[in-house]
Amino acid sequence: MTQNRRFPVRLDLKQGTVDMSHGSGGRAMAQLITELFHRYLDNALLAQGNDQALFSPPPGRLVMSTDGHVISPLFFPGGNIGSLAVHGTLNDVAMAGARPLYLAAAFILEEGFPLADLARIVESMADTANQCGVPVVTGDTKVVERGKGDGVFITTTGVGVVPEGIHISGDLAQPGDAVLVSGQIGDHGVAILSKRENLGFETEILSDSAALHELVADMVAAVPEIHCLRDPTRGGVATTLNELAHQSGVGMQIREEAIPVRPEVMAACELLGLDPLYVANEGKLIAICPGDSAERLLAVMRAHPKGKDAAIIGEVVEDGLNFIQMETRFGGSRVVDWLAGEQLPRIC
Amino acid sequence: MKYVDEFRDQKLARQLAGAIAAEANPGRQYRLMEFCGGHTHAIFRYGVQHLMPPNLRFIHGPGCPVCVLPMARIDQAMAMALEHEVRLCTYGDLMRVPASGRRSLLKAKAEGADIRMVYSTQDVLRIARESPDRQVVFFAIGFETTTPPTAVAIKTARAEGMTNLSFFCNHVLTPSALRTILATAGPDGVQLDGILGPSHVSTLIGSRPYAFVPEEFQTPVVIAGFEPLDVMQATLMLVRQLNEERCEVENQYRRAVTEEGNLKAQALMAEVFKTREQFEWRGLGFLPRSALALADTYADLDAEQRFPVDIGEPKEVKGCECPAILRGVKQPTDCKLFGTLCTPENPMGSCMVSSEGACAAYWSYGRHRAPAPQAQAL
Repeated sequence: MTQNRRFPVRLDLKQGTVDMSHGSGGRAMAQLITELFHRYLDNALLAQGNDQALFSPPPGRLVMSTDGHVISPLFFPGGNIGSLAVHGTLNDVAMAGARPLYLAAAFILEEGFPLADLARIVESMADTANQCGVPVVTGDTKVVERGKGDGVFITTTGVGVVPEGIHISGDLAQPGDAVLVSGQIGDHGVAILSKRENLGFETEILSDSAALHELVADMVAAVPEIHCLRDPTRGGVATTLNELAHQSGVGMQIREEAIPVRPEVMAACELLGLDPLYVANEGKLIAICPGDSAERLLAVMRAHPKGKDAAIIGEVVEDGLNFIQMETRFGGSRVVDWLAGEQLPRIC
Repeated sequence: MKYVDEFRDQKLARQLAGAIAAEANPGRQYRLMEFCGGHTHAIFRYGVQHLMPPNLRFIHGPGCPVCVLPMARIDQAMAMALEHEVRLCTYGDLMRVPASGRRSLLKAKAEGADIRMVYSTQDVLRIARESPDRQVVFFAIGFETTTPPTAVAIKTARAEGMTNLSFFCNHVLTPSALRTILATAGPDGVQLDGILGPSHVSTLIGSRPYAFVPEEFQTPVVIAGFEPLDVMQATLMLVRQLNEERCEVENQYRRAVTEEGNLKAQALMAEVFKTREQFEWRGLGFLPRSALALADTYADLDAEQRFPVDIGEPKEVKGCECPAILRGVKQPTDCKLFGTLCTPENPMGSCMVSSEGACAAYWSYGRHRAPAPQAQAL
């Protein structure tokens, strides 16, 4: 019955590559969408086949966030650009204390990109979205000429809903608040770096890329008075703390000794002259809550697998200059500044 | 982390801080220059100055290879990349160093120059092997420490008969710069009571080349490792020399530095390089016998000869105090541009670029800090 099939010759997902026709709007694009994107990302809203997804939101305030992913390498220990594109946006939505509902994804493909790699990426994206219970309900594909992209860029957008009584924002930190981190820092940046082609560097460190919305759900249910949540991605913990201090008009005093870092990550940073405080994370969060709620929040975080190594790393203080001061493990004291320039090129 | 944590032990740091505070004579000043950017970085990163008594001050020396590279050399490299269309390979720090006209290698790259960031000379050799039809130039920079790897790369290029790789040599020599600093020190310049001697450089050249410092300039030297406890122990050794009115070269970094240094590396350097009659250092001017060029037998691999470029007079940024800061005469906070027009995001001077540069270290770790309180003796 071959003549009845819409696309008589199947897409070659083993040897085939992306060409300009896959972005032209014609039959080749339709085939790519059907045989690759819909095949993996299958869900009822996507199956409507429209240029948009139609749904009724649940009651509550909606949040929306978007994130472009341009990483190199595309595949790294512990994940790939597909899983990262899901985790990254889910986490940005969750950092409002929200429950993520739906995702949208836009792909920019470079001419010549292997379809086999694209299939691996989309399959991983679908698996990740399934595990997180948040479907990709609408999307878009474009193709750029060879040399004008870097394999694949993925932009994801997410919407979520914030429970009643939760007010989380980067400008709500107050003197006396406690600063917590959900686990060991720096894993993602070092995992990515270990796979850069020009670093002959072998390590067992896996990216921490993970969705944090379930951890956040437990946290806001138990401690609804949380003031700030943010995931320390690019620029690492140091940059995130500076952002929050600046937004809230406060300073912070942190203790280096309290910040969890794996010895392998510490060793890699030592070798490369990096500071783990500035290395990217993709499955960690910073939480700021009233000081007297800190121990309760810490216990809730530690009870969840994605927060089992959580720690209280410092407190919010009054400081008109919005500095992050750190008591070093050595016993000295220093300012922890924003990341200047870039510590590693293109990490997320 | 084993073999690292031991050198960052808080308890030992407190003991050393206590000893320094107890032994430092409150009736005198201890103005100690740490020559190397590595020391500057450790002092700031670990808050070492904070642990010192108020009459002991670290003066930051010129030992940051990116900081002392004159603008003309960056202009020259940029011209090679743009006019001769070579593939220019360079270490990351150099990318943001300001060149004439507020340009930089990073901006030249954005304009289409083929500039690659590398982590080692092995990357350079790989890039050259992978692109035999393309001329590749390595922007070689650094003190004695980074020189042997360049020498090995030059020998490898020769052995493999590579015709598409050449070297833009900017390797500089520590003793000459140290001599200049000391010769210009005094009431009109920087006042120095002692020198924390280079760490990694000394593993190569040994401790002997510093003998002239006590002999000719009556200034004690203690060669110090780059870990914070190394810096503190070496500081205590300098305090003791000054208190006892001794003046000699001492070696705190004995686990890595010997008197004669690494003879094999020295032989390699002597084979591949020759000493330039003079070389320009940012802040210090033209210093005699202070830098290396490719030896005559390797001259065919010299990028300066292969790709001659004509650059105009370099245009320094007005008001930038990097030259005085590199001589230790001024502090970063003395510069009008510091923190206003010049920040790590938008460096106007070279000292703001590298994390070893005094301005960047001040900015990142200590800016606006009130004077350090007196360390508590335990």
